Amino acid sequence: MSTASAVKLTRKEFVSDQDVRWCPGCGDYSILAQVQKVFPDMGIPRENIVFISGIGCSSRFPYYMNTYGFHSIHGRAPAIATGLKVSRPDLMVWVVTGDGDGLSIGGNHLMHALRRNVDLKILLFNNRIYGLTKGQYSPTSELGKVTKSTPVGSADHPLNPLLLALGVDATFIARTIDVETRHQQEVIKRAAEHKGATFVEILQNCNVYNDGAFASLTDKETKADTQLMLEHGKPMVFGKNKDRGIRLNGLTPEVVTLGNGIGVSDLLIHDETDAVLAFLLSRMAPPAFPTPLGVIRVIEKPTFDALMNHQIRDAMEKSGGADLDKLLNRGDVWTVK
Amino acid sequence: MATNPVGAPLQKTVQERENVVIRFAGDSGDGMQVTGMQFTTESVFAGNDIGTLPDFPAEIRAPTGTLYGVSAFQVNFSSKNVFTPGDDLDALVVMNPAALKTNLADLKQNGILILDKVEFNEPNLKKAEYTKSPLDDGSLDKYQTYQVEITKLTTLALKDMNLPNRSVMRSRNFFALGVVSWLFTRPIEPTLNWIKERFKRTPEVMEANTRALKAGYNMGENTEIFASSYEIKPAQIAPGVYRNITGNTATALGFVAAAQKAGLPLFLGSYPITPASDVLHDLSTLKNFNVYTFQAEDEIAGVGSALGAAFGGAIGITTTSGPGMNLKAETVGLAAAVELPLIITDIQRAGPSTGMPTKPEQADLLQSLYGRHGEAPLPVIAASSPGDCFYAAFEAVRIAVKYMTPVILLTDGYLANASEPWLLPRAADLPDFKVEFRTDPQGFFPYLRDENTLARPWVRPGTPGLEHRIGGLEKDYLTGNISYAPNNHEQMVRVRYRKMAKITQEIPPTKVEGPERGKLLVIGWGSTYGSIAAGVKDFQGQGKAVSQVHLRYLNPLPPDLGEVISRFDKVLVPEMNMGQLLRVLRAEYLVDAVGLNKIQGRPFKVSEITAKIARMLEE
Repeated sequence: MSTASAVKLTRKEFVSDQDVRWCPGCGDYSILAQVQKVFPDMGIPRENIVFISGIGCSSRFPYYMNTYGFHSIHGRAPAIATGLKVSRPDLMVWVVTGDGDGLSIGGNHLMHALRRNVDLKILLFNNRIYGLTKGQYSPTSELGKVTKSTPVGSADHPLNPLLLALGVDATFIARTIDVETRHQQEVIKRAAEHKGATFVEILQNCNVYNDGAFASLTDKETKADTQLMLEHGKPMVFGKNKDRGIRLNGLTPEVVTLGNGIGVSDLLIHDETDAVLAFLLSRMAPPAFPTPLGVIRVIEKPTFDALMNHQIRDAMEKSGGADLDKLLNRGDVWTVK
Repeated sequence: MATNPVGAPLQKTVQERENVVIRFAGDSGDGMQVTGMQFTTESVFAGNDIGTLPDFPAEIRAPTGTLYGVSAFQVNFSSKNVFTPGDDLDALVVMNPAALKTNLADLKQNGILILDKVEFNEPNLKKAEYTKSPLDDGSLDKYQTYQVEITKLTTLALKDMNLPNRSVMRSRNFFALGVVSWLFTRPIEPTLNWIKERFKRTPEVMEANTRALKAGYNMGENTEIFASSYEIKPAQIAPGVYRNITGNTATALGFVAAAQKAGLPLFLGSYPITPASDVLHDLSTLKNFNVYTFQAEDEIAGVGSALGAAFGGAIGITTTSGPGMNLKAETVGLAAAVELPLIITDIQRAGPSTGMPTKPEQADLLQSLYGRHGEAPLPVIAASSPGDCFYAAFEAVRIAVKYMTPVILLTDGYLANASEPWLLPRAADLPDFKVEFRTDPQGFFPYLRDENTLARPWVRPGTPGLEHRIGGLEKDYLTGNISYAPNNHEQMVRVRYRKMAKITQEIPPTKVEGPERGKLLVIGWGSTYGSIAAGVKDFQGQGKAVSQVHLRYLNPLPPDLGEVISRFDKVLVPEMNMGQLLRVLRAEYLVDAVGLNKIQGRPFKVSEITAKIARMLEE
């Protein structure tokens, strides 16, 4: 990737000339703002950045970024992005998707892009509802959810996006939330720096069809007790008074209150490289647990695009160039006089 | 059976034949495809013109000896021009009773039948559903039947090698090939060389096959079984360098040649499907030509990745067969909307659904022309012979980049696997169409169109000052920004049609093979070319005013086609479907054309075409 260090851009230069058409109050505005805020600091020229999306509210994102962009079809953004990134490893390719686009219709492509470790930065906006089609339940909606298409409650068990990513051994797995702007910026920066497929779940409020889906996580009164902010190498402490933590009891995590003989040293230490810990964190959910936010797991693996391009460079070097006549004449040939 | 009079010296005669159609048939594990391909190679080295037809079951290894496990390979070799793999058989080689049962009906009366006597045992006869051995009931009397003990003689030839029986059985096909190579005076050196190369890592197999081939050849020469052999003189073939080529290999080479001429990397996104997978296999070995092959997670990702690569400035290609076309349709619609070059290759097979995956059909024409949502016209190009797949593939890429449009390339399972001698083009003789991407920000709009082609500019991401967004939502005619304006939508729909009309300037004047006007015009497309050509030439030889037009461009149609049609009293349209081109021609030209439809997963026989022409001339 060409990182011209001389380039100094501003937030404004990443804002396109198109009117943003999300509903007033939508969580997507905050995500767009954080991305536009973070990007100038990356030092990557605008023309080398591409946003690819599928269908849904989140997928309008590329229109609002003044970079190259491709608003494609439902669920297929990871496949289109894979073709682009493999053949153009010099570009930084972002995929913006949602819980319906990425986990329902496009679940297969998302899974395989992560598995192959294509160097794509994937942001999945999870609002646990179908917004653009006006309010049907999504694969992340909770069991029993009453929506337009489930008037007596959904009978679907929800999917856990982090566990899906973990299941295919994704090399970067993180979660953040629309209203925590600083946290979001940090996570996006980390994702941008990672070499390989990044999976970032961004919890996002749909104030029209699923308002308050993450209210306990965002409410000023409760959030200290419901958010578990992860930091690599740091103990898992949370709560208004920093007096609660996560401890391992056998193979099971539990919430404990510090004091009465329980100290910080008894708590789990976050380790971004630990797959077992990533599994435990991915399964922690309210009401029994706080919601883990931050980078869940990062590992290094060769990327698919690098391996593919290596094979091609290697073949080109070994063959000493592309001789079309030689290729056409391959095999048993004979001459008719 | 020919016998040698007792005591007479072994004197063999050589009979000359103009052409011979031979079929090798055996169990799917008997190596009949290899035998047929090697016999083909020997025949081209003998200077004959050839046409081949592989015919194999979808099962990789069906239970041995069963009727549905029979695999066959047919070769038509001649001292005259060959257009087809041939109708009825002059010679049939069968390795077991099942192969006899499923193929005998195609053998001409007094045709040569070579069979492996040893295999006509009780269990094999039963598996082939024979209640009585055909060797004993006189049913083979109308053929020149040669009962050769292939299995026994192969075993004898390899005796001192101490190979397990399984390995010995695997060399039987080379013994059979040796016998017929002698019978038709074929050179066996090309096969000996092939064995040496193919089995260089398994010297034992190399030795066994070499011995079996030679033993078969020598048996023909030195025993009294065959009284004479046959000679087929070299054909008059245009001078040049040739190779034998299948349609799938030609398709892959056509793509590579085109990408080289465009000066761009080639990206193939594909999901394995019969009969298209060989294009993926071939291209995956050509990485040194800057070829990316991506075996995607499904058909949709195959075309999606190719479209992504096209967005990035590569030649994006996807290959599939009928069912895959359906899965890709939504993405093809997107490609039409964003107006990026993309080649969608449909190697048609018999459908619907899984249908008969290894058998050809031409039933995806209407799907290719109309099988999308909304109004999304696309160029559709079809190949007419195995070697022609090269030029059709090349042309598909050229049109796609020149007009910034997805192009559908149609071949079929017959072209894919059949082969013919192919006069090699020289790279320098192929047209150059070096792609120039737009780099100038001055006056740039994503949908600013070239006047002559109506193509929009192709911009590689990474180009400063040209950052823009494209997508599936309807776009403003010029800026490409989202637009729901009613008149703008109509304008966009119409311009997408107008672009197709512009492509007619690429189509050369329609070639009428035969008289320019007359009684009957036979119009075809795709793999039926050879059968139609052979049939039509039959009538032309008799001085009849019958002509042929074979279409490469199915959309847009050649601009002069209506005028050509008007010069004939009657129009016949043979197709391996229920009449799809027929429907298009009738609608387009208001012509009372008649169809000839064969939907058996097998190409037309020439005799089927001639019978229909004869009837139409009488009416």
